[in-house]
Amino acid sequence: MVNTFAALAEPTRLRIFEFLAPRPRSVGEICETLALGQPQVSKHLRVLRDHGVVAVEARAQQRIYSLRPEPLRELHDWLEQYRALVDERFTQLDQVLAELQAAPSPHPPVRRKRRSTP
Amino acid sequence: MKPTHTLDRVSDTSIRITRQFRAQASLVYDCWTKPEYLRRWWAPLTRGVSMLECDADLRPGGAYRYVLGGPAHGTFAFSGTYRELTRPTRLVYTQRFEPMPGEAVITVSFEERDGATTVVADEVYPSKEALEGALATGMEDGMRETYAQLDELLAAQGSGRTPR
Repeated sequence: MVNTFAALAEPTRLRIFEFLAPRPRSVGEICETLALGQPQVSKHLRVLRDHGVVAVEARAQQRIYSLRPEPLRELHDWLEQYRALVDERFTQLDQVLAELQAAPSPHPPVRRKRRSTP
Repeated sequence: MKPTHTLDRVSDTSIRITRQFRAQASLVYDCWTKPEYLRRWWAPLTRGVSMLECDADLRPGGAYRYVLGGPAHGTFAFSGTYRELTRPTRLVYTQRFEPMPGEAVITVSFEERDGATTVVADEVYPSKEALEGALATGMEDGMRETYAQLDELLAAQGSGRTPR
């Protein structure tokens, strides 16, 4: 997931990605429609290929690029991101609860049994 | 050992979070509802996000609003209304992440045993997309916008539409 994101975090690569979404395109089409030079496009396509975001096929004299679906599905797994946020909040809450119980307040500290030493 | 929480996607549109806290239920419940306590833990401070405003009308039908922000984030808000407040065992409220449409219904139970409280929070969203949007609020800096764009592109790809 991190790899896919890294590949798409660059604005031109994101434009190329967007352009490929509806259907596969040739390098020529990409250059012409997005008004980009071929060396630049080739460089970005290489990065996208290296990160597994696009696949390439030779057809006649052309190189046709298309999106690969697998890494894109991984991006939908945002549970891990949310887990990290929830974990942070709860860690902070642990701290607040400890402080509230330590201070003189309407909420007396929780009485705990003494732990026996192993 | 530090307590850990569980977070499970129980369906396309809902998640369940469970966590134990070493405190009485009444205190944990108050931390979940009172602005003076919420301000101290709800915003992820280590990410440079703090709570700028925190208002809550703690009655059935009462509204709440939390405004968060930080230098790298701008401001954003969560708001909703309380449906049920049964201190110290149960809370039910709606929650919206402004400006996204749709509200989640969140039910939180607080069960005390031997001085510790187990909290179970069930969050039910109106759609799969709304749930994923909410999960996306957990993203690290800088990733949120790109993910929003990607989400549009992926949705467009899935439906066969041409993206913007």
